[in-house]
Amino acid sequence: MSNNSSGNDISIVLCGEAGQGIQTVETIIVKALKNSGYNVFSTKEYMSRVRGGENSTEIRVSSKRVISYVNRIDILLALSEGAVPHLENRITSKTLIIGDETHLKSLSKDKYNLIGVKFLEMAKEMGGAIFSNVIAAGAIACILDVPKTVFESCINDIFTRKGEKIVKKDKTAGLKGYEIGKELVDSGRIKVEIEKDSKVLDELILDGTVAVGLGCIAGGCKFMASYPMTPSTPLQVFMAAHSEEFEMVFEQSEDEIAAINMALGGFYAGARSMVATSGSGFALMEEAVGLSGMIETPVVIYIGQRPGPAVGLPTRTSQEDLNLALYSGPGEFPRIIFAPGNFEDAYKLSQKAFNLADHYQTPVFILSDQYFADVFYNQPEFDMGIKVEDHIVKTNSEYKRYEITDNGISPRGIPGFGEGLVVVDSDEHDQMGHLTENLDTRIKMVDKRLRKLKEIEMETVPPKLLGNSEYETLVIGWGSTYGPIKEALSNLEDDKISFLYFKQLYPLHHSTEQFLNKAEKTIIFENNAQGQFSDLIKLKTGFEIEKKVLKYNGMPFSVEEIENNLKAFTEG
Amino acid sequence: MDPKVFDVEDADVAWCPGCGNFSILKTLKETLSEMEISPQELVMVSGIGQAGKLPHYIKSNVFNGLHGRSLPVSTAIKAVNPELIVINVSGDGCTYGEGGNHFIHNIRRNPDITNIVHNNMVYGLTKGQASPTSQRDYSTPLQIEGVTLEPFNPLAIAIALKASFVARAFSGDIKETKEILKKAIKHKGYALIDIFQPCVTFNKVNTYQWFKNNTYYLDESHDPSNREEAFKRAIETKKYPLGIFYKNSDNETFEESLSSYKTDKSPLFKRELRVDKLNKLIESMK
Repeated sequence: MSNNSSGNDISIVLCGEAGQGIQTVETIIVKALKNSGYNVFSTKEYMSRVRGGENSTEIRVSSKRVISYVNRIDILLALSEGAVPHLENRITSKTLIIGDETHLKSLSKDKYNLIGVKFLEMAKEMGGAIFSNVIAAGAIACILDVPKTVFESCINDIFTRKGEKIVKKDKTAGLKGYEIGKELVDSGRIKVEIEKDSKVLDELILDGTVAVGLGCIAGGCKFMASYPMTPSTPLQVFMAAHSEEFEMVFEQSEDEIAAINMALGGFYAGARSMVATSGSGFALMEEAVGLSGMIETPVVIYIGQRPGPAVGLPTRTSQEDLNLALYSGPGEFPRIIFAPGNFEDAYKLSQKAFNLADHYQTPVFILSDQYFADVFYNQPEFDMGIKVEDHIVKTNSEYKRYEITDNGISPRGIPGFGEGLVVVDSDEHDQMGHLTENLDTRIKMVDKRLRKLKEIEMETVPPKLLGNSEYETLVIGWGSTYGPIKEALSNLEDDKISFLYFKQLYPLHHSTEQFLNKAEKTIIFENNAQGQFSDLIKLKTGFEIEKKVLKYNGMPFSVEEIENNLKAFTEG
Repeated sequence: MDPKVFDVEDADVAWCPGCGNFSILKTLKETLSEMEISPQELVMVSGIGQAGKLPHYIKSNVFNGLHGRSLPVSTAIKAVNPELIVINVSGDGCTYGEGGNHFIHNIRRNPDITNIVHNNMVYGLTKGQASPTSQRDYSTPLQIEGVTLEPFNPLAIAIALKASFVARAFSGDIKETKEILKKAIKHKGYALIDIFQPCVTFNKVNTYQWFKNNTYYLDESHDPSNREEAFKRAIETKKYPLGIFYKNSDNETFEESLSSYKTDKSPLFKRELRVDKLNKLIESMK
């Protein structure tokens, strides 16, 4: 296109008010683009309100795989008057702004590159302002050469449940959008040429939440109790939607405390169980994390991080709850913390979380965040890989729930399966599970529980090095910063910079120190204000990472931001 | 079946001599043996407090969890394995105080479990502070001038929420308590049995004799299907009625409402992951 500097990669942003259906348009467009053979990525940022405010969705279309957020906006579809002011600091003279004439009228033509379209008028003719979104979607689809049949089938997928009449209206609106798109292309004001890749057609299109959800199902999850809280609610919705199909129980509990205690009851009685929550909700669950540690009844805990403390910024992103997860619960006991940064890891680690929880009989965390939970991109099919391991034993009449063993793992029976009785107690207990105040038994039990940590350490997922193994600068990141750091490094084309990506944060892998010591310069990117992971690294290895780039305004790192920081760091 | 089946060898019982808990334990063992329930199919779930220790003294599967949190645990155990008989036992502080929210919502949820609440109107384990059911003016080291809060009325609340089985018993009457317990365990749905019991160490007001003098049994004229009448009886405080106040089987149980048991009644631990369905789901994301 005439004003796209990146050639084979375009960033389109839709911006409008909550309740205007921006997310619906995102779903249609992303699917239509992927089914036309484009690599596609989308991310949204939104306010914590049901109506009004300004929400935006970035859609990247590219000839190569893209999995991260960029600051750049090539085309802005402004669907409200507030859209341009809202995105002011991301708009440049190269940004093409398409919007309804009434929304653009107050903007200076000298400052902005504007194209006025009568979206609202057309939408009203079709039955309401709400259709302006689908008209806009049609226009984008046309500009990007999405076959009409593909677009229409996506409309069908999304709107069928609303009835034939709505589908018909939305199709008409979409086709109107195609007309507009064609006019814009014919006029020469927009020209987009992005290579398609037929391989993409066979790929999946999903978001970070669904990648985790599929992993949980594949991990044999059979019970989930949760209390709705952004940004973990979409995972709850996904699991609830598939509970009948996969014979799972999903229950919306009265509070988070009930949720995790239910999950422990579920796992105790033989169903792999999980909860999903966010920071403050998890804070309520903390006591039961200790219970899990004490009674050695597993639980998988998904935390969708958002900025805190307390309610914080409900709809924004952060990596602020590592310490919360790491130090949650009274007393000392083993735990495992995963932080996937891409969909494949999200799927595999979520699946693995259930096997490890079941095997080590301890809490396992999956740390995600609003950004990661909400991003969509095309993904090659997952390798089904791991199996649901069966760690439950059939008990005999001599069964002791807390039998002292060399590796600390006591075979776990469940009630009603075998002749034995399964006794678990939140007090310190003897091998039978009955409460005790015998201090020698206490020491034996603490040691037994902590021996499991040694076993877990041997199975820790190592950090992954991306780039040259002979690096000078080492970039460190964990979880959702994976995408932008990876893309920034690929843009920089500097073979002296490599990226060490951590997907398991705790226990820290023993190779960490070697990777760090090999670097001349080290830099870490974290979405928090204190560098929680760099602190953990220092605590466990003594290594002080030289430069910490910390972002805590609630937005994810953009590719450009990482590039600029790295340039300044390596040149400085 | 011999009630000795439920005896735990070498149990180091932590209750004070003369505690009402002993008779509740004895009553429960006799009830279970008369009902031919085996220790293997029974799960005793409790929270914290002197009552919460009861499962350690009765041979069964046990989940002795956190203070106030036993009801969510019981609900989930029953939900993932409906073949188990789940009895939740804890005190008035654990169930009505720390666990008040769960008490309310589990009545709404209606799992097929039995909820025994030892109600001695005082905190025993923490040495004599007020409980949610302590009566007004009852003085303690923390409520120095006496309790000024309205006592929690578990029965009235349960009836207001259309609980499926609501009863009150007195630990001093093993025979009647056993009959109520049997009906509660047999009853399909959530069954609350609030059991008055004396705390011989800390409650010098609501003693064995006090409970005897201040309670009476509902007679045959009481119709447990009449919710309004049940509520009237539940708010009586001049003398406290004992017996089955209210019963309703209108609502399906939590387990019955779960889609997992629509066609297959087996416990969830016996179900394998449906890889074919997972593949299909993944395929649908193309």
